[in-house]
Amino acid sequence: MIEFFTGHYAYWFTVILLCVGTYGILFKKNLIKKTIGLSILQISVVMFFVSIASKWDATVPVRDTAFPVEDVANYLNPLPHTLMLTAIVVGVATLGVAFTLLVAIYNRYDTLDEQELLEKIQ
Amino acid sequence: MIDSHLPAIIALTFLLFSVLIPLFGLWKEKLCHPLAVLGAGIAAAYSIYGFITYLDTGAIRYFFGGWEAPIGIEFVYDGLSAFFAMVINTVAFIVLIYALKPARTELEGKEMPYYSIIMLMMFGFNGMVMTGDLFNLYVFLEIASLTGYALIAIGSKPAPYAAFRYLIIGTAGGTLYLLGVGFLYTVTGTLNIIDMTAMLPMVAENTAVVASLILMVIGIGVKAAIFPMHGWLPDSYTYTATPTSVLIAPIGTKVAAYILFRVFLYLFGIELVDAVVPLSYLLGLFACAGILYGSIMAIAQNEMKRMLAYSSISQIGYIIMGLSLANPWGFAGALLHVLNHAVMKACLFMIAGNIRMQEGHSDISRFDDGYRKKYPWTMASLSVAAISMIGLPPLAGFFSKWYLALGTVDNENWLFLAVILISSLLNAVYFFRMLEKVYMKDPNKPDEKTLEVAEYNEVSGSMLSPTILLAISMFVIGLANVAIVSVLLGIAPF
Repeated sequence: MIEFFTGHYAYWFTVILLCVGTYGILFKKNLIKKTIGLSILQISVVMFFVSIASKWDATVPVRDTAFPVEDVANYLNPLPHTLMLTAIVVGVATLGVAFTLLVAIYNRYDTLDEQELLEKIQ
Repeated sequence: MIDSHLPAIIALTFLLFSVLIPLFGLWKEKLCHPLAVLGAGIAAAYSIYGFITYLDTGAIRYFFGGWEAPIGIEFVYDGLSAFFAMVINTVAFIVLIYALKPARTELEGKEMPYYSIIMLMMFGFNGMVMTGDLFNLYVFLEIASLTGYALIAIGSKPAPYAAFRYLIIGTAGGTLYLLGVGFLYTVTGTLNIIDMTAMLPMVAENTAVVASLILMVIGIGVKAAIFPMHGWLPDSYTYTATPTSVLIAPIGTKVAAYILFRVFLYLFGIELVDAVVPLSYLLGLFACAGILYGSIMAIAQNEMKRMLAYSSISQIGYIIMGLSLANPWGFAGALLHVLNHAVMKACLFMIAGNIRMQEGHSDISRFDDGYRKKYPWTMASLSVAAISMIGLPPLAGFFSKWYLALGTVDNENWLFLAVILISSLLNAVYFFRMLEKVYMKDPNKPDEKTLEVAEYNEVSGSMLSPTILLAISMFVIGLANVAIVSVLLGIAPF
């Protein structure tokens, strides 16, 4: 049982981040805090991709005589990390759009609290 | 030479024009609209040509930079992609012709960025439809979504808040999809759809596969507005500007439905989907709930755009139901409904836009019998579109429901058949309410003079002709349904 927790601590970390992000999205009333929750949710998935591709004592996938090519444990797969560069860029773009919308909302309603906003829209 | 490059040309046309529009728009703003129409026209022509080419020669796999898949990135242009690309590009072309006047009045001075963002969004949609790689699908999904949020935020006063809510829920959905892709990548080691299809049966017992399927369905279900995840849709469609709602309503949810088709029927295959839990049946139940909920909520609305938005939730349910039936009739019915609903919803939102343009509102309770004299053509199109939505032959809407019903009978799924019939009745309630106000004399006002004082006040030709064109195409699609369905049965993966 202990093994189940300690052996997968990287995954537990991402699961906790995922829950924190979802909590922020669902239950926070302030729209800025919702956006932060969204960002945490995205980062948790980035962390997941990074952790599945990490390896100890491995090197870049360039063929070297010191590392026999048959032994895959010698080589890191760079693809998940590379994909996450794109995912991070997507996350930054999302945050940019989100904050732009928040500025527009604040200019129109003078509040970022969801409850007050809903009252003002009605 | 062109044939083998077709997929890339269709998608990159939009990317090219999204750059060209700001370049020419800064010089002369009047050039933006013709350029946007030109770009969409080129893409539409290529995708119609591409669909015909596909029927002749079969699927095209386009490798970017000559790097063959699984190493490189590819666009796969098979039957499903070709069909969806043809539908969305043709509808976008017609909608962009329509957009000239409403964009000029509602978005004074913002036309240049507006058309540029539309082109970028269409690039994202086309990329989603044609890509052969799950991670690229995520990237195109986010391109289309981010531009979609931006477009929805332009509109009436509450529009930014509607767009923000869509952004939160849509990005969370996209992130869950990405997590699902991560699970699949860990068990198969590839992101290429064709490659993964070959590998999945070997790892079918792995629980990560089921988890990833559920995550992907939830993530994409948000974009497709499947029943419990539809909350963002009514506000977004209602508060946004007319050209945006006319463009996004017929296209946006369809492309998300495409991903579900791709994942369910092509990537996993229906046996693998149903291996652990009867997921396709569950999805069908959600679709049924969505059909009934959307129809009932639509009856309760007074605002035409809002009513149409709820009706969209109901109509996407038909498409998902056809998918969940997983038999050739359901497949053909669902794809025919993709085409029909794109045409019908675009036409209905155009009619709402026409009324808004002339009257300043689209409140159904304020419709009166003078409208049939003021807007004869718009109201004629409304009748055609409404009857088609309800599903009376020989209009297009009847035939997709007919094939879906055949699919339910094939599966002996009487619950779904009952839902189709009940929702047709509910559709009749909310569409005949409008027609009644326009074409019947109001018995409560016996001395009503509205009809006498009403004068011909139809919208200009650039808005009227696309509306009428779509109304006529409903007849054409309805009469040509046998030919269309025989083609669609040919591309079914069963």
